[in-house]
Amino acid sequence: MTKGKVISKTVYKDDKPVKNRKWIFSRKQLCIPYGLFLFMFVIFPLLLIVFYAFTDETGKISFYNFIDFFTNPTSITNLFMSIGLAGITTVCCLLIGYPVAYILSKMKQRVAGVIVMLFVLPMWINFVLRAMAMKELLTLIGMFGKNNFLNTVIGMVYDYLPFMIMPLYTTLIKRDRSLEEAAADLGSNRRQVFTKVIFPLSLPGVLSGINMVFLPTMSCYVVSDTFGNGKVTIIGKLIEEQFGVAANWNYGSALALIMLVIMFVTMLLTGGFKPQENMRGANL
Amino acid sequence: MAEVKRDDIINLVDLRKEFDDGFVAVDNINLYVRRGEFITFLGPSGCGKTTTLRMIAGFERPSSGKVLLNGEDISMLPPHKRPVNTVFQRYALFPHLNVKENVAFGLKLRKVEVTYEDENGDRFKRIEKLTREEIDAKVEKALKMVDLEGFESRSVSTLSGGQQQRVAIARAIVNEPEILLLDEPLGALDLKMRKDMQLELKEMHKKLGITFIYVTHDQEEALTMSDTVVVMKDGVIQQIGTPTDIYNEPKNTFVADFIGESNIFSGTALGGKKVRFIGNIFDCVDDFDKNEKVDVVVRPEDVYLVDEGLGQVNGKIISSIFKGIHYEMVLKVGKTEVVIQDTKERKVGEKASIIIRPEDIHLMHKEFSSNKYEGYITKKNTVCFGDGEFDCDVTTLYPNSILDEEGYLITENGEKIDLTDVDVEVEVGLKDIEISDNLEEGGASGQIVSIIYKGDHYQIIVRTEENEEDFVCDTEYTWNENDIVSVIIKPEDIKLKLKEEVKR
Repeated sequence: MTKGKVISKTVYKDDKPVKNRKWIFSRKQLCIPYGLFLFMFVIFPLLLIVFYAFTDETGKISFYNFIDFFTNPTSITNLFMSIGLAGITTVCCLLIGYPVAYILSKMKQRVAGVIVMLFVLPMWINFVLRAMAMKELLTLIGMFGKNNFLNTVIGMVYDYLPFMIMPLYTTLIKRDRSLEEAAADLGSNRRQVFTKVIFPLSLPGVLSGINMVFLPTMSCYVVSDTFGNGKVTIIGKLIEEQFGVAANWNYGSALALIMLVIMFVTMLLTGGFKPQENMRGANL
Repeated sequence: MAEVKRDDIINLVDLRKEFDDGFVAVDNINLYVRRGEFITFLGPSGCGKTTTLRMIAGFERPSSGKVLLNGEDISMLPPHKRPVNTVFQRYALFPHLNVKENVAFGLKLRKVEVTYEDENGDRFKRIEKLTREEIDAKVEKALKMVDLEGFESRSVSTLSGGQQQRVAIARAIVNEPEILLLDEPLGALDLKMRKDMQLELKEMHKKLGITFIYVTHDQEEALTMSDTVVVMKDGVIQQIGTPTDIYNEPKNTFVADFIGESNIFSGTALGGKKVRFIGNIFDCVDDFDKNEKVDVVVRPEDVYLVDEGLGQVNGKIISSIFKGIHYEMVLKVGKTEVVIQDTKERKVGEKASIIIRPEDIHLMHKEFSSNKYEGYITKKNTVCFGDGEFDCDVTTLYPNSILDEEGYLITENGEKIDLTDVDVEVEVGLKDIEISDNLEEGGASGQIVSIIYKGDHYQIIVRTEENEEDFVCDTEYTWNENDIVSVIIKPEDIKLKLKEEVKR
């Protein structure tokens, strides 16, 4: 105990700020630009699309755009064409991409890195140019114009294969090899090791690859225009027409909204919204 | 092929594993494992113990040699066809399956031969998978064994390390393997948990009655659990024996040093169960040839501290640390340090004496290929060792160094070093020592204490008077015992090594 006379006392208040400033600059303020950006370029356009979709040319609320779409056999055909094309492209990409990614994951990392690079390299060349080149190739071997749907699939697969290989490769390369040893130790032959351990554990990569291929191929009309010889019309093309030549923004917006719903459902089905630990890195 | 004993379950015959990069992990080991025993491969990391285990499991193929299971060569058999199961170091549980599915993994793949009887009484056999009920019953039994009842539907990622370990054990034993392989299974657990699991594993081994092959670098774990311990180093088996054998009768200094704490001294056997080390003659129980160089191993707890003058050798306590049950003290005897464990503390600086009982002194053959001494460099750039002074080439201490006119060493990088009084390790080959009658000629002198004829040459030991340092030399010429001679060593034959980096 200190002995002595008390000269002065200072009381500290811990729970209340000493100065009561009205405005303090904090980390929260840093979010303002992003919030503005989000509103201006994501939320506002979306609201605009919803507004246009549910109104007619005069600005009155109407469901005519949707009724028109679902009663018109051509647009329904186009919708199924889109989904079918995207589905087949995705399956083809998966069938080609999985073995490639698997083989690459078994190779020495340095060699595999170079080969992965070679697979990704075409992505650096302009997309349209690549499509054109592939079209010329098909013309050269006499396939162009014979089966427009098949050609479109070929074009799509050619363009989107890297997007399937990359998430698969990153998932497979990270896998724990001791699990394969454990499976073999417990009596699995090579095939069973694959079906019971390697493949189930690579599912996050598979789903991520499906998302990366399926969603864009539904709307990527540049490829279907180039390879389809004018016979393959997908929903993306319809939207482009409505906003371009037809200048019917209301119908176009309704189409965009329908596509948004399809994509949303796909994401929901493939678990794209689930924030999973082991999905990290698989999502490019 | 080695003869297979009837109760051997595993025989390793000249087993060798060389990896692609040329590293020899396992170097021609021979070993048998008896049915039902708990055997442990013990050694520091990189000693080849895990590689040996992996060859038994089938994850590695031997470069040469064989793995025999019940007398049959299984070296080339893939892992899934071997009746062994492994508990992995990091458990390797399947993250996409729950506890029950993990344990049932092996059972679901199992096929069994079922014999049926039809209406006519004819019997026929069919290969079938286990039924769901059979699998459930086995899984339940295995989980009960590892105290994890009620955890069936838990995801493995929600389990603690110890629980994951138990799942890994259950997953292996549920298959009723002939041999259970355990690759440092307790390495990732904390000390308390590890101790508990050691006892549980031992208990489990008793209950199951199958062979356990265990790999660890923890000597205490090995001694606690095993029936047999195999000590390995650099891919070679150093000693095989029961824990008591390994601890009490280590075969070489490596084993002595690795298993528990040891004092290792270099000494000379005097014949007649006597040995000389730390400047004194001790009685011992091992009878070695006279003048043979030996390593002497004494456990710290076998050294008895008594008051000065009452024991065999006197010294001074230079360190004392409380270790819980005992004090660990270091007694300096001459130049040597003796580690002692005793419950009674003696203060640093106190003079004391030690007694070592004959049965606690373990002698080991020393591989003697060259004379080794501790010495120091003089002002004249000669080297003093073995009670003598010899000319030497000090520039060999630093690569590409030279001596300047004043006798300082100039290194490759141009640094100037004064080598005076620098401690060095000196090595001289047996053939590089010449003996001369002329006592002035050599760097040191002494008495010939031993002459042994080794077929084509004599091995002579010259012992100096002052500190009884020995010069062992191989020569074609014969000398007489008790002759006083001098030893000549050419400067280029004296190999010098710095004991520690010299202060610049």
